[in-house]
Formats: sequence, structure tokens, C-alpha cells
Amino acid sequence: MAVETVWPRLEELLPRVSKPIQYVGRELGAQVKDWDTAAVRWALMYPDAYEVGLPNQGVQILYEILNEQPDVLAERTYSVWPDLEALMRAHGVPQFTVDSHRPVGAFDLLGVSLATELGFTNLLTALDLAGIPLESAARDDSHPVVIAGGHAAFNPEPIADFLDAAVLGDGEEAVLEITDIVRQWKAAGRPGGREELLLRLARTGWVYVPRFYDVDYLPDGRIQRVVPNRPGVPFRVTKRTTMDLDKWPYPKRPLVPLAETVHERYAVEIFRGCTRGCRFCQAGMITRPVRERSITTIGDMVAKGLAESGFSEVGLLSLSSADHSEIRDMCAGLADRYEGTNVSLSLPSTRVDAFNVELARELSRGGRRTGLTFAPEGGSERIRKVINKMVTEEDLIRTVVTAYTNGWRQVKLYFMCGLPTETDDDVLQIARLAHEVIKSGREATGSRDIRCTVSIGAFVPKPHTPFQWAAQCPPDVVNRRLQLLRKAINSDRSLGRAVGFRYHEGEPSLIEGLLSRGDRRVGAVIRRVWEQGGRFDGWQEHFSYQRWVDAAAEVLPAYGVDLDWYTTRERSHTEVLPWDHLDSGLDKDWLWQDWQNSLAEVEQDDCRWTPCFDCGVCPSMDTEIQIGPTGRKLLPLTPV
Amino acid sequence: MVQRIRVRYAKRGPLRFTSHRDVARAFERALRRAGVPVAYSQGFSPHPRISYASAAPTGAASEAEYLELALQQRREPRAVAAALDAALSPGLDVIEAVEAATPGGLAERLEASRWRIDLPGVEPDTLRHAVTAFLAADEVVVERTTRQGRRRVDVRAAVVSLAVVDEKPASTAPAPPAAAPGRPGSPSVAAPVRSTAPSGVADVPCAILDCVVRQVTPSVRPDDVLSGLRVVADLLPPVPSRATRLAQGMLTAQGEIQDPLEADRGGAPTESFG
Repeated sequence: MAVETVWPRLEELLPRVSKPIQYVGRELGAQVKDWDTAAVRWALMYPDAYEVGLPNQGVQILYEILNEQPDVLAERTYSVWPDLEALMRAHGVPQFTVDSHRPVGAFDLLGVSLATELGFTNLLTALDLAGIPLESAARDDSHPVVIAGGHAAFNPEPIADFLDAAVLGDGEEAVLEITDIVRQWKAAGRPGGREELLLRLARTGWVYVPRFYDVDYLPDGRIQRVVPNRPGVPFRVTKRTTMDLDKWPYPKRPLVPLAETVHERYAVEIFRGCTRGCRFCQAGMITRPVRERSITTIGDMVAKGLAESGFSEVGLLSLSSADHSEIRDMCAGLADRYEGTNVSLSLPSTRVDAFNVELARELSRGGRRTGLTFAPEGGSERIRKVINKMVTEEDLIRTVVTAYTNGWRQVKLYFMCGLPTETDDDVLQIARLAHEVIKSGREATGSRDIRCTVSIGAFVPKPHTPFQWAAQCPPDVVNRRLQLLRKAINSDRSLGRAVGFRYHEGEPSLIEGLLSRGDRRVGAVIRRVWEQGGRFDGWQEHFSYQRWVDAAAEVLPAYGVDLDWYTTRERSHTEVLPWDHLDSGLDKDWLWQDWQNSLAEVEQDDCRWTPCFDCGVCPSMDTEIQIGPTGRKLLPLTPV
Repeated sequence: MVQRIRVRYAKRGPLRFTSHRDVARAFERALRRAGVPVAYSQGFSPHPRISYASAAPTGAASEAEYLELALQQRREPRAVAAALDAALSPGLDVIEAVEAATPGGLAERLEASRWRIDLPGVEPDTLRHAVTAFLAADEVVVERTTRQGRRRVDVRAAVVSLAVVDEKPASTAPAPPAAAPGRPGSPSVAAPVRSTAPSGVADVPCAILDCVVRQVTPSVRPDDVLSGLRVVADLLPPVPSRATRLAQGMLTAQGEIQDPLEADRGGAPTESFG
């Protein structure tokens, strides 16, 4: 079947849109493979603008792994901005891949990376532009299998109607195994059609096919049960975990865009998973256990990644980079290698620890200094116990002062507002902390030229965390506390002048909360919002709170529930949660106990340094902690 | 800085949609990938010393873009051109590199540009009529938005010559614009695309405009010339036109463009890449 590129038609539209280069593709590292000889064809989507989606590590990794297979073809597609969407609709141009501008509807699979729930409406736009029916049930054998991954796929229920399948966890091996299943099914002449293919996927035990599960509700609106409706489909779907990251050193050939994107750097994931146990952090909970890449693999990846890309910036990424068992040698070794080369190295780390300042100083030996951000997350010692962020006020002040005395003039402090059990006072403590930081910094440096920025976001309770049962704080309370905080910061003119204050209103977070902990009934709200023009909900200038409130009010009463029911309502121990049949490995009883500990302000230590506390992940997923030290060092690079 | 290298490059096919900033980033990365020892500025945030001169606007193709590199070690210009061309995405193609043998900046030599503008859907006679009206006018004022806000620009004053080319566009437009599907490997398989008429309109008429425009401030772009034709003759192309800069350089008394690298080349044979 000949599949034509839409490029000639798209090209005519591009002079009329903003930043046309984002639709052109042709990145370094991009691949255009033969369509006709490919046995399995994937379109990979990041449902946000190109400038955000292109740097996404997940998409880049899967793109490279799939294209390494001789008979597999993978191309990428991103959300188009409303200006191009309108022109595409007017001229009948379908959603296209940027690699060879083929129509997305012609691929076997559409893999969607769901990093944030606020991308759900963009998924609908892409499906619609691709000519793929929005409802999974309306698709036939000619349509791609729409399959989601990424952190938001740990509760795909709100978009269950729009997805054919979802995969929880790491994608490196899963994407190849799915490819095998599709390849065999196609080679056998597509026996049983789409239904059979989905059954084969579901029976692996780790591909969730929503249509094979029935959800029953209680009269009060809560879920009664979720049960499979086909033989051989498991009651619970388990997440995938890639062990031994040294075997998967991707991206090897990073995509280097022509267009400007949000991250212009070579990013290497130095470890995956985190067991610090911050109770608000979904990423830390669902990516366990910790698996480190070795120092030497990281050194090789950086050297090759820079040579391939020409990037001048390297990011050493993870959920808490200073926790890598060989971080000191890694930073020293990389700083040695790249001293005097105009390559800048950065740790996006946010843990409050003077050690981080030491690492940042080491990395900036070459001259370039990146900003320092610390995340105490909570303003008071009490609330930090609630969220299990084990940082004392003393730690924080010492850390920031160390940064100032080491030459940083500005640090950023990240906090959350609306945490469980939070009072006005917990938030006002942030102002006192910021004042203390400036006071101590001025004393230590003898300079008044130091600043800190308080950046604060509203907390959203997430599935698979101890706070999955918690009531979300209403936006008006969040907004009131933020105003009180602003006043408190400015109550001292001299100190207040040195403190920057950045915040987001609580309303978008409430909608994120609806989409995070929603069930299948929320799908109708998403669809309604999309029909009313909802696009790019993660972008302040495109997000409309009222549109969501109106859609929820229109759709949800038929089910006897409402927006508050999904967000500001605390759940009980016995309630069946919409994602209970999706197994992240965390033992629900352990999560409940951790929730109770949180309310009692009892902290939980890290299992890398203290005995296992039975969160359940390692035994149920057959995984283990993989950390160093390996004892190896980074040797100087031999000039080519 | 021990050597200055002047580079002529082309911006072709789909890569005509790059902005000046996109091109600058692509060159900086290509220089690093190619291992060209470019000099860096001093200071807190050192950046490579590359001077760009009057870049073509986003969406316009060009066969004659220029920049100047400062190197911290001497290199053979032709080797720099080859390495840089290999490291750039196809569509950003290095045509020539010469060592700066003359004092003064490159930018001053870029007095004027020759543009070719393809106008699919426009009858050559209609265009001829508009061109005649334009050339007969003393002044053709168009409005355009600049960074300073809306400005009125006299396009006529900047136009040195304007003529309709008698040529069938199809004969100069052989290559498909997108990477040909069905070929494995990187996008480098795609041949660079010369000035072409937009695909899919091969059967409709396509008038071609040739114009020489002086470098003035604010610069007069191909779009402004078309706006001028609209002002004098209501010419409104049904689909977007496609402009290609064919040459840039000093303006001779005869209204021709003189190669700005000629003085640096000193009679040495040239070699082209891309």
C-alpha cells in the first residue's frame, strides 16, 4: 500500500503559521526508513508542542530502539498549534509525522507518551486530525492501535475510552515485545482482527486494554469493582521495569532540532527510580527500585552524545542526582574531561544538601555556572514531616549560605501549597525561611547583593502515592494562602526586596487533580472540553478553568458525582480506587500505612541505607536495588 | 583569533523555514561537531565568534548567505568548508569558504541582493503589467510590522531592477521537496532542493520575478516587493509565493551584483560543496 507524504500540501500552509520550522523535521539523528519493507510501523507522539516534545527522553529512547530493528519503522508526531490546526482542517491535511510527513492514520501503532494529564485534550486533537475515531470502540482494522505510556498512564482511566491500550512503567523492552506481537499477528494475516491483537497484548499481563475490563459503580458513585470481561485477561496489570540500565545506553544519537526547544542539551539519565520516599511524589513511587547507570557508561554516553550532537550543555538527570553512589567521582571526572572546552555540565538536582553545592561548584569549574535550585517543598518543619521531606531549617539555611559563599548570587527555592494537613501558618513559614536565608547570606558574605526566588506550586494528589486518598486543597484556599505569603514576604522591606516570588494560581491544579484521580466517567468531561475548543491545557494562555468547570457541571451530574467529588473529597481505606487494578508494585496496605504515618508526622527513611520497609515493589515485580559504587573512575578522553 | 574565514552557504528546500536564530544555532553545533577551532568571546558566558550578515527571512530560500568565522588556529578554508558542510543538516549547505584577505567587514559589501520569486497561479502577462506599473511609480509605499511597530516603507526606492523571467518553472524544479519516502538511512539521503515551484501546482501557470533590491534599513524583503505590486496593480497571488536569494554583494553601476568574496579569493580557483 503506497502511503504518500503530506509534505507538498503541508508546505503550502507553512508560510502562514508561526515558527514553521517546528513542522519540518530534519533533525540530526532523525531517521527516514523504507515504508514498504517495514513489518511494523510506529508513530510516536508527545502530545504537546514540538518545542516541549522534541527533547522528551522517553520518545527519543523508544524512537532509537525501534529504528534499530531492521524491519521496524518509527516516526514522531507532535501537537500542532491552533493556527496550523485550523489550516489543516480547512485544507484536509491530516496529522503527520515530522520525519517523513506521513499521515499518522497509516501507521500500525500510535504510541503516546503521557507525561502530564493536561495533555489529554491534545491527544484528542491529534486523533481527530489523524482521522482516527476518538472512541476506541469505533475503530476498525484500518486504524492504528493507540497505546499510551508515561507516568500519566499509571491511571489512564479518564482517557480509557480513547485508548486501545496502555503500558505501565519502563518502555525499552516493552516496546520491542509489543512489536513482536504485532509483527506475528500481521505475518499470520491478522487473524481475528483488532480484537484478537488486543487480546494477545492483554494476555501478556502487562498491557492494559481498558475495553477488556468492566467497571461497576455503587449507588453513591464510588466504584464497586473492576473485572476483566474476557478469558485469559488478568485481574491486575503489572508495570514493566528495565533492569541494568548499562545495557540500554539511550539516547545514543540524540535528536538535535533546527527549531528552538525548551532543553538544548544532551541529557543522560544517571539513574532511574527514587526511594527518598517523598509522599507527594508520584515519580518516586512508581519508578522503584533505584537502578543506577555506572559511572563509566555515563562517561561514554556523554562523550558520544556530545560528539554526535554538537550540544554544549550536558544534564545529568534523575529524580535526585546527588544520590548516585558515584556522583562525586562522576562530577570530578566529567569536569576534568571538559575543563576549558565550553561544555557546561549541570545537575538539575533539588535536594537540600550542602553536598549539592559542592557538586555544582565542581561542575562549574570550567567557568559556566548554571542556577541552583533547592526544593524544601514545605515551609514548616511539621509539614516537611508530613510529606517526608527530611530537611531541617538548619540544613536549608546552611545549604543556601554555602551557595552564596561559593559565589552564587541567586538561588531558587521550590515549595508546594495545599499539602495535606496544611495550615496558613505552614505556608507563612516560607516567608520566615526566605528572610532567614537572606539574613544569614548577607552576614556570611558581607554583601547585600544576594537574592532568592521562592517558587511555589499547588499540590495535586496523585495515584499510587500515600496521598492518593487525600482531599485536594480547593483553589480559593490555595490562592488565599499565596496572597498571605506574598504579604508576609514583603512585610520586611529590606529582606523582602531580596526575595522573588513566583507562583501559579490553584485552578489549573484542581483540573490536573480531576484528571489524575479521575475514573472513566471523566472521559466525557475531557471530550466536552475538547469539543468546546480545549487545547494545550498545560499552557497558561490556552487553559480555561471555566471551560472545565462548565463541562464537569454539564456531564457529571448524570453519574451522581461532581468536580469536588473527584478532587476535594478524602477517600476511605476501603474505597476501590480507579487504578487499583493497575499494579505499580506498591502494596496498597503499605501505602495506607505511609498515609497514616504522614498524618502522625512520622518519617520514613530510604531503603538504600536502612533496612527494607516492605513497600512491596521488589518482591512483586521481581526486581532489586541496583546501585554502585563500581569503584571505577573516568579517565581523561584521548583527543581524536 | 588568528584567522578569519568567510563562508557562503545556501538555505534550501524545507530548511528555508529556519529563522536566523535557527541557522545560528545549527552553525554553532556544526562547528563543534566538525571540530573547527572557532574562537570564543571572553566573559561570563563565552560564545563562538561568528558574524552573520543580512540573513534571508524565515521562509525564503537562499543560494547566497554569508557569515564570517574567527578561528583560534589556522585551518585550510576548503577543509573547513567540507567539514562544516558534512556536519550541517542537508539543506544548509556550505558553498564556499575563503580566508579573509582584505580588511573591513563582509557586511558592508552586501549592498544588494538578487531575488527570484516564483508566483504559482499568476499569469506572466498579469505580472508583466504589475511590474510595468511598479517601475513607472516614483514611490511605492507599503506598511510592514517591524520590531519598532508598524512602519511605512518606500519599496520602489530600494528596487534596482524588476523583471519577469521567461521560463517554465517545471524545467528548473526537478527534485521533490521532502525526503523521498522509501529510502533508508538518515535525512541526508534527500538531495538539496534548488529553487522550485511548490509541488502539486505544476499544471497551473507560474510567473517568475527577478529583482535586485538594495540593502536598506528597514530591509526590503521579497514579501515587501509583492506588497508593492499589490499596491500598484492589485496583484494578489492565490497561493504563497516562493522566494530564493540568488546572489548578494556589491552593486555595480550597471545594476549587477558583484561576488563579495572575489577580493578575498585573489584569483584562486574556487571549489564548491553541497
